[in-house]
Amino acid sequence: MSGSEILGVVKILLNYLGPTLKLFGFTLLYSIPLGMVVALLKMCRFKPISWLTNLYILVMRGTPLMLQIIVAYFAIPMLRRAEGLPAFLSDFLNGIQIQGEQFVFRAVLFAFVFNYAAYFAEIFRGGIESIPQGQYEAAAALSMTKMQTFFRIILPQVIKRVVPASSNEIITLVKDTSLANVVAYAEITLKAKEQMQNYSSLVPLFIAGAFYFILATILTLLSSFVEKKLNYYK
Amino acid sequence: MAMLEVKHLRKSFGSLEVLKDISFTVNSGDVVAVIGPSGSGKSTLLRCINQLEKATDGEICVCGKEMLVKNPKGNVTYTDPKTLREIRLHIGLVFQNFNLFPHFTVLRNITEAPIHVLKQNRAEAEKNAMILLEKMGLSAKANAYPCELSGGQQQRVSIARALALHPDVLFFDEPTSALDPELTGEILKVIRELAAEGMTMVIVTHEMAFARDVADRVIFMENGIIVEEGTPDVLFSENASERTKQFLQRY
Repeated sequence: MSGSEILGVVKILLNYLGPTLKLFGFTLLYSIPLGMVVALLKMCRFKPISWLTNLYILVMRGTPLMLQIIVAYFAIPMLRRAEGLPAFLSDFLNGIQIQGEQFVFRAVLFAFVFNYAAYFAEIFRGGIESIPQGQYEAAAALSMTKMQTFFRIILPQVIKRVVPASSNEIITLVKDTSLANVVAYAEITLKAKEQMQNYSSLVPLFIAGAFYFILATILTLLSSFVEKKLNYYK
Repeated sequence: MAMLEVKHLRKSFGSLEVLKDISFTVNSGDVVAVIGPSGSGKSTLLRCINQLEKATDGEICVCGKEMLVKNPKGNVTYTDPKTLREIRLHIGLVFQNFNLFPHFTVLRNITEAPIHVLKQNRAEAEKNAMILLEKMGLSAKANAYPCELSGGQQQRVSIARALALHPDVLFFDEPTSALDPELTGEILKVIRELAAEGMTMVIVTHEMAFARDVADRVIFMENGIIVEEGTPDVLFSENASERTKQFLQRY
C-alpha cells in the first residue's frame, strides 16, 4: 500500500472512531451504575434475590460476549416469528423498529451493558466487602443513618479500592467494542476488515490495531492519574 | 441521677451465653471502670448498650429512655427507631481500634456527624471541632489525614469525634489496648481531664493502675457475670473477694 492509500485508510477509520467511542462511553455510563445495583442485590439478605443475581452474573461471565451480542441482535426478530405468544408480547415485539443503524447500536449496547455490569458488580462487591466492619460501627455510634453511612463513609472508600480493577475492565472494554462487528455495527474493526478486502492488504488491520493501542494507552495513563489522585490517604 | 440503668441483661451468641444477668447503674458524673479477663463479656456489654449487638433479655435504660421492650411473645426486642436514635444521641463510643474515617481529614472526621446528624452549620461545627482539637492538643493536625497520625493521636481524634455530638455518657472500649505503653499515657491523661470536668464515663480497660486512680467505681466481670462491684479502695484492697484478688495479682 502506498503512503496516500494508508492515509486514506487512516481517515476512513478515523470516521469510525466516533461509533467505537460511542459504544464504549454508553456502556460505561450504564454498566457502572447497574453494576453497583447488581452488587447490592447480590449482597441482599433475602436469599432468592441474591441467588437470582448470582445466576445472572454466572451466565454473563460464563458465556462469550460475542455470543451475547448475537443473541441480543437476533432475539427480537426470532421471537416475532414464534407462535403462540401472548398478544401483548407480540404487539410489543412488533412495535420495535428492527431496521437500521439505531437498532444495531441498541442491541449491541444492551449486550455490552449487561455483560459489563456483571463484571463491575463483582468488583464492587469485593470493594464493599473489604471495608472493615468498624467503619459501619463508627458511623452507627455517631448516629448516622444507613444512607449517610453508605454514601458518605463506605462508597468513597470503595471507589478508591475498586479503581485499579475497574481500570482493567475499562481498558478491556475499549478493545471488546471490536466484537460488535459480528452484527455489522459500523465501528473501526468492521471498517478495517472492509479496507483489508478492498486493498488485499493486512495494513488496515494494523492501523486499526494502532487505534486501539492508542486508546488503551490513554486509558492506562488516565487510570494511573486517578490512582495517584486518590492516594492522599491510605 | 441515673444516666444508665442495666437490669438483668443477657446476651447469647447461639448457645453461648456471653452475658448472664448483668445489672448495674451509672449516675451522672460517675466514672466506672469495667475490668476482667479477656472473654469475660466486657466489650459485649458495651456493644449491647451501644446497639451494636442485640441483647437477648433484660432492660437497658439510658437517660430515662427504655431501649428494650418485651413483645407479646415475651421476647425482648429493640424499641421504636425514633427512641433508639434519641438514646444513641445520649451516648458516645470510643473504639479500641479508633475506627476513624480514613478518607476524611481530622477536622472532617469530627464535623461530619454534627453537620449531617445534628444539622449544625459548617462554621459552627468547625469552631466546636477546633475547640475540641485544642483540648486534645491536636490543633496543628486539623487538616492531616488519620494515616499521618500516631495511634495515640488517632485515638484522641476519635475521642474528640465522639465528644462533638455532646454525649451524656461516653463509653470507652479498651481505648489503650491498641497502643504501645508510651502512647497509652496521653489517652489516659485526656480521660482524666474529662473526668475532672464531670463527664460521665464507662471505661472497659486493662489499665489497673488507671482504673484505680480515675474511677469512682470498678466493676469486675468474669464469664458473663459481675463478680464484684465497688469503689477502687475496696476492690484493690485486701477486702476484695478471693477471685478479684487472684485476678489483680497479675497486674
